[in-house]
Amino acid sequence: MTGFTINGRKVDVAAEPDTPLLWVIREHLKLTGTKFGCGIAQCGACTVHIDGEATRSCITKISTVAGKQVTTIEGLSPNSSHPLQKAWVAEQVPQCGYCQSGQIMTAATLLKKSAHPSREEIVKHMDGNICRCGTYPGIIRAIQRAGKETPAQTAAVTPVSATVEASKGGAK
Amino acid sequence: MTAEIGTTSRALSRRSFLVTTGAVSIAVSFGSVLTDAFAAGKSAATFTPGAWVTIGTDGVITIMSPASEMGQGVMTTVPLLIAEDMDADWKKVRVVQSPNNAKVFGNSMFGGSMTTAGSRTVMAYYEKVRLVGAQTRKVLLANAASAWKVPVSELTTEPSLVVHKASGRKISYGDLAKKATVPDPLPEVTKADLKPAAQFRYIGKDVPRYEVASKVNGTAQYGIDTQQPNMLYGAVLRPPVQGETPEQIDDSAAKAIKGIVQIVKLPYGVGIIGETVEGTKKAKAALKVTWTNTAKARNYTSDAVYEEYRGQGADLSTESVTMIGVGDAAAAITGAVKILKADYRSDHVAHTCMEPMNATAVINGDAVEVWASNQSPTTVQMLSARAAGVPPEKVTVNTTLLGGGFGRRGEAEYAVDAVLLAKAVPGKPVKVIWSREDDVQYDTFRPLSAQHLEIGLDAANNIVGWRQRIVAESLFARSAPPVFKAIGGKDVVSAGGGELKYAVPAVAVEYIRADRGIAVGAWRGIAPGYVIFASETMIDEVATLKGVDPVAFRLDLLKAEPRAAKVVETAAKMADWGKKRTDGHALGIAYSDALNSHTAIVVEVSLNKQSGEIKVHHMWCAVDCGVAIQPKNIVAQIESSIGFGLGAALWEQINIEKGEVQESNFGEYRVMRMSDMPMIDTKVISTDSPVGGIGEASVAPVAPAIANAVATLTDGKRLRQLPMLPERVKAVLST
Repeated sequence: MTGFTINGRKVDVAAEPDTPLLWVIREHLKLTGTKFGCGIAQCGACTVHIDGEATRSCITKISTVAGKQVTTIEGLSPNSSHPLQKAWVAEQVPQCGYCQSGQIMTAATLLKKSAHPSREEIVKHMDGNICRCGTYPGIIRAIQRAGKETPAQTAAVTPVSATVEASKGGAK
Repeated sequence: MTAEIGTTSRALSRRSFLVTTGAVSIAVSFGSVLTDAFAAGKSAATFTPGAWVTIGTDGVITIMSPASEMGQGVMTTVPLLIAEDMDADWKKVRVVQSPNNAKVFGNSMFGGSMTTAGSRTVMAYYEKVRLVGAQTRKVLLANAASAWKVPVSELTTEPSLVVHKASGRKISYGDLAKKATVPDPLPEVTKADLKPAAQFRYIGKDVPRYEVASKVNGTAQYGIDTQQPNMLYGAVLRPPVQGETPEQIDDSAAKAIKGIVQIVKLPYGVGIIGETVEGTKKAKAALKVTWTNTAKARNYTSDAVYEEYRGQGADLSTESVTMIGVGDAAAAITGAVKILKADYRSDHVAHTCMEPMNATAVINGDAVEVWASNQSPTTVQMLSARAAGVPPEKVTVNTTLLGGGFGRRGEAEYAVDAVLLAKAVPGKPVKVIWSREDDVQYDTFRPLSAQHLEIGLDAANNIVGWRQRIVAESLFARSAPPVFKAIGGKDVVSAGGGELKYAVPAVAVEYIRADRGIAVGAWRGIAPGYVIFASETMIDEVATLKGVDPVAFRLDLLKAEPRAAKVVETAAKMADWGKKRTDGHALGIAYSDALNSHTAIVVEVSLNKQSGEIKVHHMWCAVDCGVAIQPKNIVAQIESSIGFGLGAALWEQINIEKGEVQESNFGEYRVMRMSDMPMIDTKVISTDSPVGGIGEASVAPVAPAIANAVATLTDGKRLRQLPMLPERVKAVLST
């Protein structure tokens, strides 16, 4: 059993100690917003925060997170209200969207360090996150847009949320 | 193909109706309150499965999205077209991925199958779904007319409202749904019923994409996110060389891993079923398998294969299939004053969708259910049925959002994996997830190609004949042999894109099919990605030979093609083409008519002549894809496809040595990162021409524009191999 806190909830997970945190999050805890992309920390799709630091969960063994605070995209904000999430929607950043949880989680730690990052700072910070759809120009615009928002303004804006379901098979 | 709408009523019920257009049914139905169903997450069950549109008594309008959403925006674009002509309030629209029902939702440009590929979604559905919208509106109008006892001609609509101006009465679509009946006879719809462009509320106005908000909070559901009760996990070990099978399997170590349920010998590999993802991965690594050593692809080494292909292309006696024939190109070239000859190479490139291949399947008795991110529910259904040994109608396919497609997910072997493993554990769902290494190594790559070009010129260096011979493996010959035969071997995925918009009197584009045992597939932009690389660099070369500016030369040859000329002119103007670049920078241009759109790109590049490294600084793109339905999304698609074009132009490369793929993950297979992305300016020229494809149109012109710019920087050195790797550039510079 490994005990840690995820999105404010205490959990004990019965996984082998060398199990990557990614699979614990996705398949043991069923929080599927964090994505599997490469398994070797080359693409950033699996990025979560561990004690506030952006971390590649695909190479993080579960035994190393005992007692720590893990935040996933589901826990970044209630109702998609984080300035980055709102900026991402406003700029219509995602295309296929698969990498975007990791992009947002990586960007969130940049904004904590630098509220108004330059283009160069953004590129340097984000270069480990691959977007095969090439939404990079949108990501840069969205991070800069989010940087302009103050937390006070954030709370006043209606949250954006939507769910998209898989089709049901149905008739042939 | 445009279907003539003839309306035939049949089997009408009070609350739904069907209209037959040829073999295709169009339907609307009126449901009860729909919002609660949505909240409960059981939406599709509430609807008539064959209905494009369902109008709830609460005003919620559910519209089916027939195509696979892989980032190109079709989950919004197609339903939006219906909303436009039915005059629905988009804020009240819910979009649902349609069931795998090809009769109603199939794509006419793919034989009526459920398939999303080749930029053919909006092209195929544009008119059809607008007619669905127009007919739905007519039904609503007829109902309001009969309720109010006024002639239909006195009624108009506002978003989700029928209005009778004379009396000031209004009724919402939701209220109409409470008592709507089916008119008899049904209202006929023709193109004349479509909303005139001047009245568009949504087309050309940039509506936010429907599913985007779900992609910033982790709720978007991809195939890999599938969770089912009692689900097991699967992994498949594949052979080092494709086409081989397991001979001896030592699974003692694998079976000892905690939670391993079963090891399954497959025709093409060894499957592992276990209780956890991590367990199946460990077991896969612990398997010891000897493989047959007999695959044809054992003789396949990229460099050697290219040399063979080049020989076949250059040897004009090698038999070929004519893809395009205008006039007698061979004779024109024989009689030419001068002949320009060149050989081109393009290497395999991989799709690397961010979501690795995966699928989930369960088999109960003879009923098979599959969940998958896929571009063709029809293909998934057929191949799953074959794998399970059941008739296709026993297979239910659930299509999720796709974490990238780019042509890769038109294949369905990931679904076959899941079905074959599910077969071993009846009643239990099995989710198979490929590793990234498998995703790269067992990809269906863009073909490795050789092209031989011969251009005949007269004394003034005017083109009198054009011959382009393409050697590559065929997608269709592998995946659909009957189709390949029926189309006479003219595989457009491997050898299309050779049409010349330029005024050239005689053109022969020929395809020589290679059959070397390496599975190739459709990669974003398909064959034009290398075919147009050759043609557009050659056009530039002729311009240089004539001493004419490359833009002026193109415009001169495009006098009969105003749309093409316009994008060339526009891109040149955006880039300030006439202004000579200094500091070792230069511009290059290329034009593409791929995927029924007109796209021109100008690039500004510099070249490190010591290292051979090309740097792309800025790109300007002008595109005319006909009616621009979602202009900002068009810009996003252009930028996205440019990213693919740049990767394939500069560094994406799969090397095969004796049949073994050398690259396996993002470490060796370099894709575009943020720091690689140049500044891109895009101009969308909306015309009233038929809709063209946009999800991949700007891939093709990227590489030739770069090569043309490099030629300007190097006094005419021509790069003819993709990717334009530094060592290849250096080799050309030293000639």
